[in-house]
Amino acid sequence: MSRALIVKSAGPGLTVQDTGRPGYLTYGLSRSGAADMQAVAEGAALLGQDLACAVLEMASMGGTFEAAADMRIALTGAPMRATLAGAPLAWNASHLLPAGTELSIGPALEGVYGYLSVGGGFATVSTLGSRSAHLAGGLHGAVAAGTELPVGPDPRTEVNQTLPVEPRFDGGTIRIVASAQTDLFSPAERTRFAETSFKRDTRANRMGVRLLTDGAGFAAAEGLTILSEAIVPGDIQITGDGTPFVLLSESQTTGGYPRIGSVLPSDLGCVAQAPAGATLRFSFVDLEDAVAIERAARALRGTLSQRVVPLVRDPRKMRDLLSHQMISGVTDGSAGAG
Amino acid sequence: MSDSNFPIIRHAGFDGFLVSFGDRLSEAGNRAALAFRGALETAGIAGLEETSTSLVSAYLRFDPLEVAHDDMRQQLETLLASRDWQAAPLPAGRRLWRVPAVFGGAAGPQLKEAADLAGLSVEEAIAEITSTPVRVQTIGFAPGMPYLGALPERWNIPRQTTLTAEVPAAGVCVAIRQLVLFPGKTPTGWRHIAQTKLRLFRPETDTPFLLRPGDEVLFQPVAQDTLDAMADDPDGGATAEPLA
Repeated sequence: MSRALIVKSAGPGLTVQDTGRPGYLTYGLSRSGAADMQAVAEGAALLGQDLACAVLEMASMGGTFEAAADMRIALTGAPMRATLAGAPLAWNASHLLPAGTELSIGPALEGVYGYLSVGGGFATVSTLGSRSAHLAGGLHGAVAAGTELPVGPDPRTEVNQTLPVEPRFDGGTIRIVASAQTDLFSPAERTRFAETSFKRDTRANRMGVRLLTDGAGFAAAEGLTILSEAIVPGDIQITGDGTPFVLLSESQTTGGYPRIGSVLPSDLGCVAQAPAGATLRFSFVDLEDAVAIERAARALRGTLSQRVVPLVRDPRKMRDLLSHQMISGVTDGSAGAG
Repeated sequence: MSDSNFPIIRHAGFDGFLVSFGDRLSEAGNRAALAFRGALETAGIAGLEETSTSLVSAYLRFDPLEVAHDDMRQQLETLLASRDWQAAPLPAGRRLWRVPAVFGGAAGPQLKEAADLAGLSVEEAIAEITSTPVRVQTIGFAPGMPYLGALPERWNIPRQTTLTAEVPAAGVCVAIRQLVLFPGKTPTGWRHIAQTKLRLFRPETDTPFLLRPGDEVLFQPVAQDTLDAMADDPDGGATAEPLA
């Protein structure tokens, strides 16, 4: 039997993602890649494989799946209710998905982007050096029901591993650096920005997330006639009506709205994972501190595989694990079945 | 700001630098940005990961955990000082594209509004835009999307404060002396004045990006049924010839 994952039903935001497609910025094509690279790294650590293996990104909603051949899977990122042939599956863990058994992944219980990684990675078509969908650019597109996703060879066998994960699915304080256009905003305006609590709007996608505030909008001194300039993922763009957008990996590559600052790469996943209504605040750090923060984050990511531990199968512990996942207050009638 | 502040090196985000040759669009600044980006690609700069250009700036991404910001800035200053970038020639291999376009009506619902802002009648606006060859100053925003310019000074009109909900693929929009063509349907703050059938991004082909910086475009006004007849042509009836 060929190695493939059959998608039997799919939420609207399922895409194959990897580390993205650098190198085409100068032709207007942004890098794309997973919205939460930390979750992809966790999946790779759980399966003991390379970060470059393509995964299935699930925006707010999962789907139902069946393996054409036995395969290993890992579930990471925004916790979603997962079952294997009706029995609950632990999140942040690796499992065996036996051929012909139904894997069901429900809506996100916290956060936005859940990830289904498979042993060997998805072996879908690569375009311009990456398997990542770039929805805005019309590349590869969303994964629909009925799709068979080919899966690469997997030399490893270990499953039932878990990885303790720091919560990052409810917004919080996001660290930013000043950037090329920050000076277009007066010091008073920058201070007001850093002192404002924002709510993530319902309008958000892989390009960026819109932020709401009860107070007045923000404005740059030169208004709407500044020159279109290079955008990088993490830039916080202030649109014409004063509304901030945090731009993500699938954002436009240039834009004429001024950027008040730029989110540190290691905090960008937290912005992407903030669900609608979550509170986000922004804190300016200087470049030197930013380097120290990024260095620490990279070092920590390097130790992920050392933190993988066996998943406790004890039914009582299993129940604890599930109730921990349900911390957002969602009742789960099936938790006792573990 | 006066031009004496330029060129200027600023960091862009955590892991990038922007080298800008002006804060207003200029032909010399655009040439300088293209030439500087070309030099970055061949200068063997340590830690460099990717480069691009915007209208009058070159952008580069690097790994600040491998090369310190100050060290990268020093390398950029050295390269900047090595020649007069404003005197650099345009890239080689430029082409002139003649692109059929339907102006106004449903194909360009904001033409009247844009013409008013430019102080022209609709007829004068079409005549001026279709007689001005506009150069691809940069490819950006969306895959294969050209920023074309410069139109005469009267077209220095601002973007809208609210977004136009959706401009169709290959729509022509105007603001600040420039025209842009969107490769796919998109919301935008630019005003939608005309429609073409150009396929700007062709990821399945050997030339995924149709236009290159330095190319020039001359729009040719056509009727809607003429453009509709070109729907099966990925070039939308456009022709290209080499520019000297």
